[in-house]
Amino acid sequence: MKIPLRYNAGSLWARRTGTIMTVFGIGLTVSIFITMMALVNGLESTFVETGHDDQLVVIRQGSLNEVNSYFGRDLFQIIRLLPGIAKGPDQQPLAFGEIVVVINHTRIGGESSNIIVRGTSAQALALRPEARIVEGRMFRTGLREVVASRSLSRRFENLTTGATVHFGRSDWNVVGLFEAGGTAYDSEVWAGYDEIAQDWDRPIYSSILLRAENVPAAEQIRQRVADDRRINLQAIPQKKYFADQAATAVGVKMLGNFIALVMGIGACFAAMNMMYGSVMSRSREIATLRAIGFRRRNILASFLVESVILGLLGGIAGCFLALPMHGISAGTANFQTFSEVLFNFRLTPGIFLRGLVFALAVGIVGGYLPARRAARVKLIEGLRE
Amino acid sequence: MAELLIEMERLSKVFRRDSVEIPVLRDINLKVFAGDFISLMGPSGSGKTTLLNIVAGIDRPTGGELQVLNTDLLSMTEDQLATWRNHHIGFVFQHFNLIPVLTASGNVELPLLLTSLGRRERREHVGAALKLVGLSGRADHYPRQLSGGEEQRVAIARAIVTDPTFVLADEPTGDLDAESAAEVMEVLAGLNQQFNKTIVLVTHDPRAAAYAKVRHHLDKGVLVEKSA
Repeated sequence: MKIPLRYNAGSLWARRTGTIMTVFGIGLTVSIFITMMALVNGLESTFVETGHDDQLVVIRQGSLNEVNSYFGRDLFQIIRLLPGIAKGPDQQPLAFGEIVVVINHTRIGGESSNIIVRGTSAQALALRPEARIVEGRMFRTGLREVVASRSLSRRFENLTTGATVHFGRSDWNVVGLFEAGGTAYDSEVWAGYDEIAQDWDRPIYSSILLRAENVPAAEQIRQRVADDRRINLQAIPQKKYFADQAATAVGVKMLGNFIALVMGIGACFAAMNMMYGSVMSRSREIATLRAIGFRRRNILASFLVESVILGLLGGIAGCFLALPMHGISAGTANFQTFSEVLFNFRLTPGIFLRGLVFALAVGIVGGYLPARRAARVKLIEGLRE
Repeated sequence: MAELLIEMERLSKVFRRDSVEIPVLRDINLKVFAGDFISLMGPSGSGKTTLLNIVAGIDRPTGGELQVLNTDLLSMTEDQLATWRNHHIGFVFQHFNLIPVLTASGNVELPLLLTSLGRRERREHVGAALKLVGLSGRADHYPRQLSGGEEQRVAIARAIVTDPTFVLADEPTGDLDAESAAEVMEVLAGLNQQFNKTIVLVTHDPRAAAYAKVRHHLDKGVLVEKSA
């Protein structure tokens, strides 16, 4: 780089109105790109970070998830007595049969959406250490009590502590709120298994959540369930089970990438427009540099660098514009369970870096043609201007 | 005998616009020796600047022979010419052509960026060049903060900072008042007298031309007169 950077910095400053407008335009595009990445990251993290290596989710063979899985209670006894399952303090196997139903519930804004109600047992909390009661208390069985995730309580009606909510055939008292560390459980309402099975008149289980003694034991249990043709069940490592649910994010990701691409092309044109204008008004400067002895490639590199600076400034602006999105809670449909999944926009250093690379690409693509034009300015004509 | 720097024989230049041919230079024979200070005078359109551009390798003749520093400029590529200019030519333009976003020292330093000099050496060279044109105290000023005469003196400092073989000045006083023009010409004359710098000056101002040791007149592309 022969031509000094202060020449480019000074030129951008000299045309600061155009520079600021272009930086703002690129910044908006980058902020949308980063926001989309944060959305996808948040959605994926919700699923990917759920579960433990030594735990298995047992569902019906052929089912994709708990919502469309069911099997008889007799199978639960077969599973819980399999060797390799860890024991609780009471020496009982850490395996809990659960039922999952989907209810349509009214949002605080007025519209309604599906949410998952999990019929489980209070002891099952032991297998979900990421979940903790943050307000009120855990439900008691036999009393038509529920606990709701705090995220759901903020978005849906009558899910605050002390409220009464009607679903199934009963009114349920909300006795507490829980948080599950941004995992998929943060999109659920929990109640006692027997009451949910009774209310929905479904004496079945949707799934069994169990903890193995260790990871190799979990693999042995998984293999044993797969090999036993009598029970027609499948045991899926809990992490894999939820990671598979992340397919929901694929559509959002594609949409995000498409929007980013379209806006990126627009930002390239903004940078190109600015740089073309700059080249046109600096023909004499360019010709002077050539007359002094700078080569065409020096001019090309200098203008390309200027465009990259423009892009990077836009990238930095975009990062700042997107920053307030971090941690904002949102919900989308999980097309595997047809229920609402809640997630937080999650910005990471990696996403910011990708935003800056995106801005860099905008600078290079938008700046190349104007830079080439600058390098081709005819000396005599340039000096005459 | 001084070294022969520029030799033109029957040099001509014709501009072609569509099918119309416009002769700009006709059969120019000119020799410039080391230490010369020559002026090319003539009215607008007489071909003075075109002749200067040809010597600098910015433009190409359509006929005749041209040797500059025993080099055939016509066989060189644009990039080779750029490097050659950086080594051998210092340019002074009518409109100064300073880079507005760089300070006086930043402008003067530009040709040095193409050399292998380190930052400290470059700074020393820039300081020496600005001192030579009497602008040591204006090193950190931007062109907009300088008068026309000062701008042109910065341009002269830029032209000589690499110690080129010769300085080509195209109407260096064209944009200046009489007082500033005299200052600029004094600087150029001083470079020639004290440092034996070869200078080719294009001007239509007789007062500027009077500083030259040899004065040529161009009329409609023909070198018509030589006076010492």
